[in-house]
Amino acid sequence: MAATLPPPRLLPSGDSAITVEFSRNIDDAANGRVLALDRAMAATPIEGVTETVPTYRSLLVHYDPVRISFEALGEQILALAQLPVPEATKARRWRIPVVYGGEHGVDLEDVAKTLKTTPDDIVARHVAGDYRVAMIGFTPGWSYLSGLAASMQMPRRQNPRLLTPAGTVSIGGVQTGVQCLAGPSGWHLLGQTAVRTYQLHRDPTFLLEPGDAITFVPVDSKTFAEQDRAAAAGEIVAELMPS
Amino acid sequence: MSKLVITSIGPASSVQDGGRPGSQRYGLVPSGAMDRLALAAANTLVGNELFAAAVEIGPFGAAFTARGGAVRIALSGASRNADIAGRPVAIDTSATLADGETLTLGFARSGSFSYLAIEGGIAGEPDFGSLAVNARAGLGSPYPRPLQSGDELQTKPASGAPERRIEQPATAEAPIRIVWGPQDDEFGDDAKKLFIDSEWKISATSDRMGYRLEGSVIKHLHGHNIVSDGTVNGSLQVPGNGQPIVLMPDRGTTGGYPKIATVISADFGRFAQTSAGRVFRFKAVSMAEAQAAARRFWELLRSLPDRLRSIESFDLNIDALQDANVAGYAVSAVDATTWQVASPADVSGPD
Repeated sequence: MAATLPPPRLLPSGDSAITVEFSRNIDDAANGRVLALDRAMAATPIEGVTETVPTYRSLLVHYDPVRISFEALGEQILALAQLPVPEATKARRWRIPVVYGGEHGVDLEDVAKTLKTTPDDIVARHVAGDYRVAMIGFTPGWSYLSGLAASMQMPRRQNPRLLTPAGTVSIGGVQTGVQCLAGPSGWHLLGQTAVRTYQLHRDPTFLLEPGDAITFVPVDSKTFAEQDRAAAAGEIVAELMPS
Repeated sequence: MSKLVITSIGPASSVQDGGRPGSQRYGLVPSGAMDRLALAAANTLVGNELFAAAVEIGPFGAAFTARGGAVRIALSGASRNADIAGRPVAIDTSATLADGETLTLGFARSGSFSYLAIEGGIAGEPDFGSLAVNARAGLGSPYPRPLQSGDELQTKPASGAPERRIEQPATAEAPIRIVWGPQDDEFGDDAKKLFIDSEWKISATSDRMGYRLEGSVIKHLHGHNIVSDGTVNGSLQVPGNGQPIVLMPDRGTTGGYPKIATVISADFGRFAQTSAGRVFRFKAVSMAEAQAAARRFWELLRSLPDRLRSIESFDLNIDALQDANVAGYAVSAVDATTWQVASPADVSGPD
């Protein structure tokens, strides 16, 4: 099996970073190899590498060109990428409370209409999903999850919104996501969580790691309000499941 | 304790330093100075660490008043008129404000950002080892936002050390060098040739997240959506309208538009200083050349302390006179709409 792994493509991102591309598409197997290479590079630090950024399909490796060249680093990365992907280490599993619809998820009804079903059915489908943190990017804590049911996949909005609320849980294309900070988004907004995936001066500052497993739990708006107060005070209102 | 009180300041001015790398995997971009060489030069003049926190001053004017004691400062980066209580201060020199005196800065004439380093640094509470402002993430100290009139920067009293100037290599008017990739295969040879052959300008809708380019329309081979991947300072992404956006230090850590090329690290600060409306070109270079340039840039940074010179009044007067003469007719190409709140790099949201 190991011998048949195709090598990733090494794409230059300027003179100080390499994009190690395993696939051009969103692909769970490629994401698995991205996270495996990320772990391998953490376990076997390469002189000159400054940080790594896993995404769905590639690992961005930042490095200092004064300390290592593109060619020398590329060779070492290719060697690490050829190692067999270890059995996925037991992922942490989080239960994340979400209040769906209404002011917390202004697109829930439209999504239901587009998919020719009811808002309750959309919530049931979203809650039934078993998701993985495929990557964290764009803004602090914005967590992109793989595992969205095919029956819920729909194109993003034609006109992205310039401002969507902190804690928004949304769907876009084949992905679902949890955003931490208020910001622009072209995704469809289903609900809102009180969980802060990024919170300064809290330990940990960043709650989720790429590879973590996620399930969503519906809560009512009163519970959301209570959790939001607790979370603002630094409490982690996501539940870490015993593994 | 001395302090500098900000008596007036324009938009796009904030405390910046070497930034906070290391958390891009969590979506936290490093931020930090747009022009690291200018930051380092200003800090060197007042004896600070190269990438200590300083005030990054946007294209507009500003004024700072010393309170509680004398404050020693230095200016580097974009050239502009500067004086302390009527005494001219040249770019790339240090100077001292007596208690109660005001440093007044005019508009940037060439370049966009000047760096005001303060001897002894700026007092603040670092997050992830940095005072750099990243307003979207609520980070930055002493203020997690761009600076405003009335803000105060606490620092140490001036040491009384003799003032210095710093000799920097002449700024090249050469093209901005790029290396192709990571997604140049999303573009045909004709599009890549057009990119290199075109004259470009920085659009008025630009900021610390992204510089939008005006020039030619660069067409994609297969459409403008790719699966999001990581970004760097200088990523040249091409959105659906074909107008490239160069990602700057407050960029999103990931993005879903094809990136045709990347500005090389040695030219990034020079690119960041390109004023809105000024015509420039790109030049493609090999990875070997880009990395050799990166090593030379690092040598230049390391050599800054050796480039300090004592100030003779002669030097100062010539510089100041030149500045004053140029200022008589030169007008900055930027206007108040340039440094706006909503970013062009931002409107598409997550990918």
